[in-house]
Amino acid sequence: MNKTSVLDREFLEIRSLIVQLAAGLDRIQRCPLSPQSDRRRDLIDSALRLIQNSEGNRVEQVQLLFSRDFDPNWKKALLK
Amino acid sequence: MEYIDPHIHMVSRTTDDYETLARMGCVALSEPAFWAGFDRSTVHGFRDYFRQLTEIEPRRAAQFGIKHYTWLCINAKEAENVSLSREVIAMIPEFLKCSNVLGIGEIGLNKNTRNESIVFLEHLDLAVAHDQQILIHTPHLEDKYQGTRMILDMLCDDSRIKKERVLVDHCEEHTLEAVLEAGFWAGMTLYPITKCTPARAVDMIERFGTGRICVNSAGDWGPSRPTAVPDLIMEMRRRGHPPEKIRTIVLDNPRTFFSQSPNFVDNWK
Repeated sequence: MNKTSVLDREFLEIRSLIVQLAAGLDRIQRCPLSPQSDRRRDLIDSALRLIQNSEGNRVEQVQLLFSRDFDPNWKKALLK
Repeated sequence: MEYIDPHIHMVSRTTDDYETLARMGCVALSEPAFWAGFDRSTVHGFRDYFRQLTEIEPRRAAQFGIKHYTWLCINAKEAENVSLSREVIAMIPEFLKCSNVLGIGEIGLNKNTRNESIVFLEHLDLAVAHDQQILIHTPHLEDKYQGTRMILDMLCDDSRIKKERVLVDHCEEHTLEAVLEAGFWAGMTLYPITKCTPARAVDMIERFGTGRICVNSAGDWGPSRPTAVPDLIMEMRRRGHPPEKIRTIVLDNPRTFFSQSPNFVDNWK
């Protein structure tokens, strides 16, 4: 399949997802501001930037952004 | 197309769902022991649950020509209670002789705690001692990456574990490659909210190929679709994948993995 045929197949779904995303962000924005910043909102903003700037493999990068860090030495701390 | 759902919690589903699965082409399924939506208070609750998995569900499935298999354990969420977990682990061997038991599962991590890790390791000992296959639950959402890496560490540290007899489930884009590279089977769970959609699962099949990958529906008591595997079949067809490739994912791979258990009856040889 070439890019055009994949775009033919995916365009309406991606459009729909972007509209849903825009509506969700508007919904948050319409609410009164909370006094403190929220880490989740910062994560969403970071993910949106990542999607726009990435050259590829966006989904894995976004998944890692929303993940807790992994400490390779976890056994020393947890299974003493 | 005939298919096997290797991970579906039928105790949460109606008898109508069994009929729908049969109409969709489901010929066999396997049901790992899981969290019932509440913490059970005693080992007796688990004994009753294991009877449901080894006696009741196989009969319900058989009404629709579906072969029911199961996996036994105390799940990661209830594993936070180590003393109860040890009682359950000590009781499991009573049920390993049942004809539909494929192995120990779905063991794993939930919040990646010390207690969960201890119980996970004790389940590995149980599986090794009884020469059982292993089905592994990886955590959801923000805990998945960390928990999957911890699970891979524990598995790879144990030289007794036969990697080809272990399936690490609920893999997503940031965990699948590590599971496959480590030599284990990988499961992708098709689920509306957490886990993975059929379209994303097909993306990963296109990236990583069909080797050692299975797909399942989970079909539990949360928002889930018991017919998610047929949804994946449709998505692969829509993208022009040949029937043989689709069959590899939805039928032949689960057969190959399950065939390592003496209780699996392979009707497609």
